[in-house]
Amino acid sequence: MTNGILEDLLLRGSIDHCVKCTICETQCPVSNVTPLFGGPKYTGPQAERYRVADEPSVESSVDYCSGCGICSMVCPQGVKIAEVNAQARDKLKRQKGIPLRDRIITRPTWLGRAGTPTARIANFTLASGPLRVLAEKTLGVHRDAAVPAFAGRRFSRWAHGRTSPQTGRKILYFHGCGTEYYEPWEGEKVVQILEHNGFEVIVPKQDCCGLPLQSSGLFDDARKVVLRRGRDFAPYLRDDPNMLVVGNATSCTLMLKREAREILSLEDDPDLKLLSERTYDICELLLELHDRGELKTDFRPVNEHIFYHAPCQQQGHWIGKPALELFALIPGLEVTEGNARCCGIAGTYGLKAEKYDIAMAVGADLFGQVEASGAGEVACDSETCRWQITHATGQKSVHPIDYLHRAYGL
Amino acid sequence: MSGQLRYDAVVIGGGTAGMVAGARLAEGGARVCVLAKGVGSTHLAPGTIDVLGYAPERVAAPLAALGDFVAARPDHPYALLGADAVAESAHWFQSRVESGPLPGYRYVGDLERNRLFPTAVGALRPSALVPETMAHGDGDSLERVCVVGSRALRDFHPALCAANLGRAGIAARWVEAEIEVIKADQNALGLARRFDDPAWRAAFAGRLALKLQADESIGLPAMLGIRDPHSAWSDLERRLGRPVFEIPTLPPSVPGMRLYEILRVALRRAGGRLVLGAEVVSAERAGSRVTSVATRAAGHDAVYAAPWFVFAAGGFSSGAIELDSDWVTRDRVLGLPLRGVPGPGEPRFLPEYLAEQPMSRVGVAVDAQLRAEGADNVVVAGAALPGAISWREGSGEGIALASGSRAAQLVLSAGGARAEAA
Repeated sequence: MTNGILEDLLLRGSIDHCVKCTICETQCPVSNVTPLFGGPKYTGPQAERYRVADEPSVESSVDYCSGCGICSMVCPQGVKIAEVNAQARDKLKRQKGIPLRDRIITRPTWLGRAGTPTARIANFTLASGPLRVLAEKTLGVHRDAAVPAFAGRRFSRWAHGRTSPQTGRKILYFHGCGTEYYEPWEGEKVVQILEHNGFEVIVPKQDCCGLPLQSSGLFDDARKVVLRRGRDFAPYLRDDPNMLVVGNATSCTLMLKREAREILSLEDDPDLKLLSERTYDICELLLELHDRGELKTDFRPVNEHIFYHAPCQQQGHWIGKPALELFALIPGLEVTEGNARCCGIAGTYGLKAEKYDIAMAVGADLFGQVEASGAGEVACDSETCRWQITHATGQKSVHPIDYLHRAYGL
Repeated sequence: MSGQLRYDAVVIGGGTAGMVAGARLAEGGARVCVLAKGVGSTHLAPGTIDVLGYAPERVAAPLAALGDFVAARPDHPYALLGADAVAESAHWFQSRVESGPLPGYRYVGDLERNRLFPTAVGALRPSALVPETMAHGDGDSLERVCVVGSRALRDFHPALCAANLGRAGIAARWVEAEIEVIKADQNALGLARRFDDPAWRAAFAGRLALKLQADESIGLPAMLGIRDPHSAWSDLERRLGRPVFEIPTLPPSVPGMRLYEILRVALRRAGGRLVLGAEVVSAERAGSRVTSVATRAAGHDAVYAAPWFVFAAGGFSSGAIELDSDWVTRDRVLGLPLRGVPGPGEPRFLPEYLAEQPMSRVGVAVDAQLRAEGADNVVVAGAALPGAISWREGSGEGIALASGSRAAQLVLSAGGARAEAA
């Protein structure tokens, strides 16, 4: 791999800016609940000095880092802690070997394609106690972990079976695997909101962004997957300099924007660069439209009290919490903003048998806040986090755009 | 898309000065956004409100001393702010603590008199206002004290602390409390979370009580609760039947984290926005005005436009101001002109480490209104202001509170802020 050597050096070089202030340690959701993870400063800037190119990894607790990225966000010195740790995890995985489980659960496309036509059987299997025990024993997927039910239909079938009204103001929609196989209705709402605001929505042929592979330390496979996404979208972006990509799966849009290029050392790929620069999270896009006076505000009251949790990966966009600004536009909507850091799931982290208890302990603060708030529903930008929140609290959990969709009366 | 968000005011910096400015702007009705590169100085500082500790001799009455202090230092931030602004902002701060997210938690003391509180090494340090959890460490009233450490907190050395308190004339001894070591590099925050648990601290108090002697106060590292410190501290006092006080620790600072949370909640309650990870990387100007700043977000920059900017990005320690290897000093954020940079041939640094280092006085050049030179709509607050050596003077929080408040006031009173925004 000759790509990104300079960027890797800069990434690694950033550890020299660490002044050991411990701010990252105060914010790390994982090391605050388990001694199994040494903490971001310890496994990152400190241990990295002892990691030498092809020599054995000196520190294995980095496998317990969930990759939430909070450490990099709060670092006042700009150290790329989470990114350094992700690369260390990849190296560790290559040396220790990759479990079969990690090869399976990181492939939402395989799972989705197998589970969609057989949704009834697949969902029965996923909900069946004895079969889940078997899966835990054979694969190491925790028997109690939150797994979503297959919708039995695919979003892209719906999208390709219709035509967005031609307004000339085109936008590309990246829906991600969660919308494709599990929550196609979320994608339908995104399309309807965009169309309501005058966009002609194009849904290019697409697939997984590669984040599950990346976060489990399967970098080579992740690169192949995400580079294909660059090929899918770049032609549209080259044709029209004003064309943007919008997504509702906030962890996937973050992967396209930054993580793929930075963590997977793909800074030099021109397609991915273009995709990265033009991708927007749905709430980010809608808030910017509003500030330009271009968002329709024909909102009806939504007289509800909801709890909002900004997931780590949404925070990782480094744009604050635009969903809160959008909620403020909806009459009647009362919002309790949580201040817990993480729900624990971190994509596939909380599915793993050896990490499930840690994930639940990480999320305990959030779950307690949800219950104490008395709110009827939880809004959260990431699907895996929603599934985890519902699993732990029994509360219904939806994407923030659901309330816009309702307020628009669509 | 041009990708631009519009506010009445944008604050650059999420330390004490920036959060105070942001909260007070929001409380005054402005649409405000605080941009922070990371979590700031609050998590590292002891969480006390130091107004003026040394001038250069130890100051007994900070508010009364300010007049003479600024007369001798006309370029000092306090000379621009005045004693009234310091008192008003401290009062505002105390009221936000009391209405804040930590039930029952208060700051005690006043600006008329400094009190001396033990540091982690047992030196006595002057502060004007301290969390109630530290108040009983007041060195003037301490007679017998037992400093309590634990093997579970490696960075706190009770023997050292007690020995130095002894040198200051306080009868001090030390003991080690039994706390299960679950992690080798446990810090005060991890223990503070355990002190939030009533059952855990009851058991802790029960074990500690056996090691105590009659009539001694108890000094503990500052770890008595993060979510509910008032309950943790008062519960310990009740269970042990004697005064208990916190002693600031090495970072992370639990009292500093409480202070940050109080200011964050004040900002959010008033409707202000906070964006973390938002390092300002460029700015647009129109003549002598800054029109927008861009922060490095994922994928593309985020742009924040406003008629007013509060510059509270800090000084050398935050990295906002740098001195490079060619001896060039600059504001890395907005490129504003600096003041206080030693001229050619003048000493930049003095040989004695803790001397009044000339370079420490460097800051963004401002007028009497705290407006940055050459940028009419940028108001400067906190450690970015020139003329102070706050670490030596013990003046950091006083300057941060008063200048953050003043910056907010200036923006709010500048009629037409909204009109210009529209």
